[in-house]
Amino acid sequence: MAEPPHDRTADGPDRSPTARLEMTGINVAFGGVTALEDVSLTVEPGQVHGLIGPNGAGKTTMFNVACGLVRPDSGRITWRGEELRRLRPAQLSKLGIARTLQGVGLFPGMTVLENVMVGAHRHAKAGFFSALFAIPTADKDEERLRRRALDALAELDAVEYAGRYPGSLPYPVQKRVALARALVADPELLLLDEPASGLSEDEMHELGELIRVLCSRMSVLLVEHHMDLVMRVCDRITVLDSGRQIAVGTPEEIRADPAVTEAYLGDDVDVDADAAELGGRSAAQVPASTQEGPRG
Amino acid sequence: MSDTQTPAGTPGAASSDAPSTATAAGNASSAAASSGRSFLPKSTLLRHLLVLVLCAVGAVALLELTEPGTNAQISSVAYYAIAAGGLTLLTGLNGQISLGHGALMAVGAYTTALLLDVDEGEPLPLPLIFLIAVAATALVGALVGVAAARLHGPYLAGATLALAVGVPGLTLYFKETLGGEQGINVRIERAPDWFDEAINAISGENGSQTKWLAYISVACLLLTYFLLANLMRSRMGRTWRAVRDQEVAAELAGISLGAWRILAFVVSAAAAGLAGAVLAIVVRLAAPGSFLPVLSLSLLTAVVIGGLGSLFGALLGSALLVFLPRWASDIGRDSFDIASAQASQAAYVVYGLLLVAVMLFAPAGLVGTVRLALLRRRAARATARAGGR
Ligand SMILES: Nc1ncnc2c1ncn2[C@@H]1O[C@H](COP(=O)(O)OP(=O)(O)OP(=O)(O)O)[C@@H](O)[C@H]1O
Ligand SMILES: [Mg+2]
Repeated sequence: MAEPPHDRTADGPDRSPTARLEMTGINVAFGGVTALEDVSLTVEPGQVHGLIGPNGAGKTTMFNVACGLVRPDSGRITWRGEELRRLRPAQLSKLGIARTLQGVGLFPGMTVLENVMVGAHRHAKAGFFSALFAIPTADKDEERLRRRALDALAELDAVEYAGRYPGSLPYPVQKRVALARALVADPELLLLDEPASGLSEDEMHELGELIRVLCSRMSVLLVEHHMDLVMRVCDRITVLDSGRQIAVGTPEEIRADPAVTEAYLGDDVDVDADAAELGGRSAAQVPASTQEGPRG
Repeated sequence: MSDTQTPAGTPGAASSDAPSTATAAGNASSAAASSGRSFLPKSTLLRHLLVLVLCAVGAVALLELTEPGTNAQISSVAYYAIAAGGLTLLTGLNGQISLGHGALMAVGAYTTALLLDVDEGEPLPLPLIFLIAVAATALVGALVGVAAARLHGPYLAGATLALAVGVPGLTLYFKETLGGEQGINVRIERAPDWFDEAINAISGENGSQTKWLAYISVACLLLTYFLLANLMRSRMGRTWRAVRDQEVAAELAGISLGAWRILAFVVSAAAAGLAGAVLAIVVRLAAPGSFLPVLSLSLLTAVVIGGLGSLFGALLGSALLVFLPRWASDIGRDSFDIASAQASQAAYVVYGLLLVAVMLFAPAGLVGTVRLALLRRRAARATARAGGR
């Protein structure tokens, strides 16, 4: 991940993101349980928007609504200025939206390279009959997808695993492959569900840098429990608690918001650490490389 | 934290580099296959054509070196293998189980029989009849596929089994056109002169009708496997495997699960239709007795024994299906002095035992197990090399 970002400016004249995702008044109930209650959020073009909250707050559900995996009981989703009605997950990649799953969700029966090539599905051109008769254009199309997939793997520093099967790889590498699979589609909006879980401190730091690089060509909506990472990379943050939106603002505003601290303290599972981090990063938790200048 | 997903691999320790599922083992990935050192051409078309030509040469040699009785059995292997090839694509690559492929074969067989059974004048040319049989079965397959795409596991198995049970009954219901219990006799033209001459030139023997049918069957088999291999090694195959492995992730990549499941069913049904057409001309009859549910079960057995997702496995399984009962009853009769009626019963026992043994000791099937072993060895060598650095 330490590699310099790939120069994709050759792909199109202007790659700076322009699309805005707006979700307004989203309500979701599973049976009798209210998972989301009148939640709204807006991801501005080219911004990293954080979505945080204690366990079971409804973050993944919010993602599922944005992906068409869960149909909201009410509410509007607007993308590129148009309302998305009856959204289905399979339409997502054509709309320029990519998502990683909370687990890794790789295809176990395929090599890493093939996994990423599946992510490039929407860029494929060769159809059924050229595949059936193995017409050379199908080969050419495959070669193009393979190139793309290798580029995405290179960006995440995972080319060396191209021929391996996911089950044999360490968890952090699997997460990188899953991210490559999302990036290879060249999305305008990237939804990341807990990308840092299971990563070491260093890996998490690299991920943070990567996300900042990515937002020059796409908007990012990020669900994450590691406050350190969230506070560092996000432009804006929405806080959920038990399905309700309790705060929205810049990292500084969120850190200062008493309602947020209370929500985290009220949740007695394992978020004491999160709450502590929320109050202010301690020097020990920040990798040495980020400590620039004297701290007050 | 909420992670219910435990890390799947311990960091740093990557001892076995092989797909974790048995289904996946049968089909080595195209990417891995073409990245290794290889003297085969890079173009998929050339590579598959080369294999096709080699197999054709092998098939001619096999048919000319064996006696007429074996020729007839090779025809049976061919039509089983055509259907099994389609089934292995459906079940092995796409993860949909079908216990109803025998019924789809019936559609192909009856279409062929009806088109050949003309009272006056010439029937359509055989290749055209086969094409129509394939198209008709593909259409039926599309209808079944639409229903199948919404069903999973045992429900899909049950629904397709109903098809296998129901279709033979249909032939009794439409007695007038489909000939009821007796079925429809199938006659095709005598082998053309050029065939006799060609056989004479190759082996000095006379081209019999049995031989002609065997050549037609094997040609159909090779053509089918060529096309299926093309699909499996292409983006189509990869997309089908993605749908099989991880529905949500596949959908998020823009793959519409239903459409791809239906497509797999259509392709698989088309193969079954051709298998039925070949069966009809080889056994010279299209009758309900040829398409009992046990046919569907045998096909699935062949595919599983050979190794799900592998065309070579499907061929191997089909060959066992045809030759094993004969070997078993021969051995039973000769060595153990069993009456031949009992010996043929014993053949089923042997077949069942083989199936159990394969499932116990080689759950990935014959081909799948060998491939897994190769992959493991390659991975072990790679790890050793990495360790030696
Ligand atoms: N498919 C479902 N059926 C029923 N209830 C559900 C379903 N999905 C989520 N829930 C419930 O909705 C609530 C929100 O869950 P969600 O997974 O969105 O939380 P989360 O914020 O992602 O939490 P975590 O940090 O644990 O990932 C929880 O109470 C959960 O039990
Ligand atoms: Mg979640």
